Amino acid sequence: MAGASKAVADSRANLPFVYRQYSAEQLKQVLYKMYLIRRFEEGAEESYTRGLIHGTMHLSIGQEASAMGICMPLGEDDQITSTHRGHGHCIAKGAEVKRMFAEFFGKTTGYCKGRGGSMHIADVAKGNLGANGIVGGGIPIAVGAALSSKMMKTGKVVVSFFGDGANNEGAFHEALNMAAVWKLPVIFVCENNGYGMSTSTARSTAVKNIADRAAAYSMPGVIVNGNIFSEVAEASYKAVERARAGEGPTLIESKTYRHRGHSKSDRNRYRTKEEIEDWMSNRDPITLFENELREFGFIDDKGIEAIREAVAREIADGIEFAKTSPSPDVSETGNYVYTEQA
Amino acid sequence: MDAMVRELSYAQAIQEAMAIAMDMDERVFLMGEDIGVYGGAFQVTGDLVERYGTDRVLDTPISELGGAGVAVGAAVTGMRPIFEFQFSDFATLAMEQIVNQAAKMRFMLGGEVSVPVVMRFPAGSGTGAAAQHSQSLEAWLGHVPGLKVIQPATPYDAKGMLLAAVADPDPVMIFEHKLLYKAKGPVPEGYYTVPIGKADIRREGRDLTIVATSIMVQKALDAAATLEAEGIDVEVVDLRTIRPMDKQTVIDSVKKTSRLMCVYEAVKTLGIGAEVSAMIAESEAFDYLDAPIVRLGGAETPIPYNPELEKATVPQVPDIITAARDLVKGVR
Ligand SMILES: Cc1ncc(C[n+]2csc(CCOP(=O)(O)OP(=O)(O)O)c2C)c(N)n1
Ligand SMILES: [Mg+2]
Repeated sequence: MAGASKAVADSRANLPFVYRQYSAEQLKQVLYKMYLIRRFEEGAEESYTRGLIHGTMHLSIGQEASAMGICMPLGEDDQITSTHRGHGHCIAKGAEVKRMFAEFFGKTTGYCKGRGGSMHIADVAKGNLGANGIVGGGIPIAVGAALSSKMMKTGKVVVSFFGDGANNEGAFHEALNMAAVWKLPVIFVCENNGYGMSTSTARSTAVKNIADRAAAYSMPGVIVNGNIFSEVAEASYKAVERARAGEGPTLIESKTYRHRGHSKSDRNRYRTKEEIEDWMSNRDPITLFENELREFGFIDDKGIEAIREAVAREIADGIEFAKTSPSPDVSETGNYVYTEQA
Repeated sequence: MDAMVRELSYAQAIQEAMAIAMDMDERVFLMGEDIGVYGGAFQVTGDLVERYGTDRVLDTPISELGGAGVAVGAAVTGMRPIFEFQFSDFATLAMEQIVNQAAKMRFMLGGEVSVPVVMRFPAGSGTGAAAQHSQSLEAWLGHVPGLKVIQPATPYDAKGMLLAAVADPDPVMIFEHKLLYKAKGPVPEGYYTVPIGKADIRREGRDLTIVATSIMVQKALDAAATLEAEGIDVEVVDLRTIRPMDKQTVIDSVKKTSRLMCVYEAVKTLGIGAEVSAMIAESEAFDYLDAPIVRLGGAETPIPYNPELEKATVPQVPDIITAARDLVKGVR
């Protein structure tokens, strides 16, 4: 995805990675999508509060740069496995918010036809093999997808997103080992937001950084500031190159923070208001990216305003689409359990 | 005596039982994900960590296989752990330790050890949590000799059976329906136990025996109240324990009513209803049957997210009423 021309490239020589690598249009599109993730989740939260969505949901507000940065160097054919906190990954990989809303509203037009909801949101056509209700559940699946890529010689790279909590599941360790032994084109992305539900990494994890685990499986372990889009995208870019070159997996630890509680039933008793406040006001990934874009002259206030307005329209249209879409019929409860054969 | 009985929720009753068990025996401790400062995903442990400290209310990493195994190891060597799975669905990650180790260790070692571990599993659908957070897997564990598997349906039983489980020298698996946690009922203060392996006749009747488990007990009682007005007199047997099963109570009830219906939330096929039906077919009660046995269980599908579909996949009160009516009137 080389965007910038030679002359433009020279003028950006001292800027961070993404400003050298991508065109202004592409970067504005990233800002658009970061806002889209944020507003999608706010819209979902509001719909939940109003009783239009049931169950629970896990919001990734505060982690948008991580999802966008990792997906930036991926092509449409590349694949991801996602997590219970997967709305951002889904949008970053190219999903339409209207079909995501429809899924949350339990409608047939949703990505999972109303069967999966937030925790199983997926967009298989765009390479998202699905969020997951099981912590760590997607990690071996990503390795399997990478094995397919290698066996079928498709050239696809696979990203497995997971949280810091997942690094203590056996699946994580077994999967990383196989990926390394077989040199598979897979990238393990730990979005370390400091907590698995209420349990801080200090209380749950023997190593200081999740990336330290990489040494045990002979792969590079890279730590990035997950709230700085350029840092994340650069690490992802290198890992994708390594994977495509057949050199095997990388473990990226993207250090970030979730602004909201773990799920809809969290009282936030395990962290302080000050801590949350600090991340929200001083390290918000959208604000940080927006400031850089402005500072480096990629966008002005009017441009930002236009993006915000366009996002608001897309969200409103998406919710309307979801509301007016049909619900599945109860006679179809048994569909999709097995593959229907002609 | 009555003065000591309060209305408690099912979750409060479990919490009280765990506190009593810890007060009575310092070997008893709690393990699980987010059971400390968070209070447990369903607030069952609540503020116990403030009263008993982080050593006895031990937050584990997200490591079900390892955590369950640690509990087994501690139980074998003198402690009395109560291990909470955050959702019963995650038992699937710990099956190795539950099925290969906890259940068989005493047997394989020729009786040289016992495994006094208690595991608690929040189970069932109805919360919109979709296919991986809504399952009813009790029959999986009920299939394993060496385990005891219980499903208390009331706050009273939840407390008494948990205390019986802690006192039991063998591994006891407790399946708690998530929708029951807020249900209230009378619970005596202090220590008492409700025996494992004993069913409870929750309502006496002449026309039909409904054997129900967990949340389906209340649904069966609700259905019975409606059916009474139509002149159908239903006996409701709360199975309470699925291994070891109280066969005699069910046999005696069927001999009295001559009709049997089993109601349970788990997938119908190869489930508890199959076991109860076969047990009756093999027993002297078979000759007393006036009609074929009926099973009402979950649909042959994972639990869907959409709320209407979700409701449609498990038996509801109107389903029980219709099936009971047809059974008693001989409609097939
Ligand atoms: C196997 C399994 N265990 C426990 C849970 C319950 N649970 C869901 S998310 C979560 C915390 C996960 O933490 P982390 O991996 O750090 O991801 P985050 O929520 O912070 O994004 C827990 C304990 C689960 N869904 N699956
Ligand atoms: Mg986390």
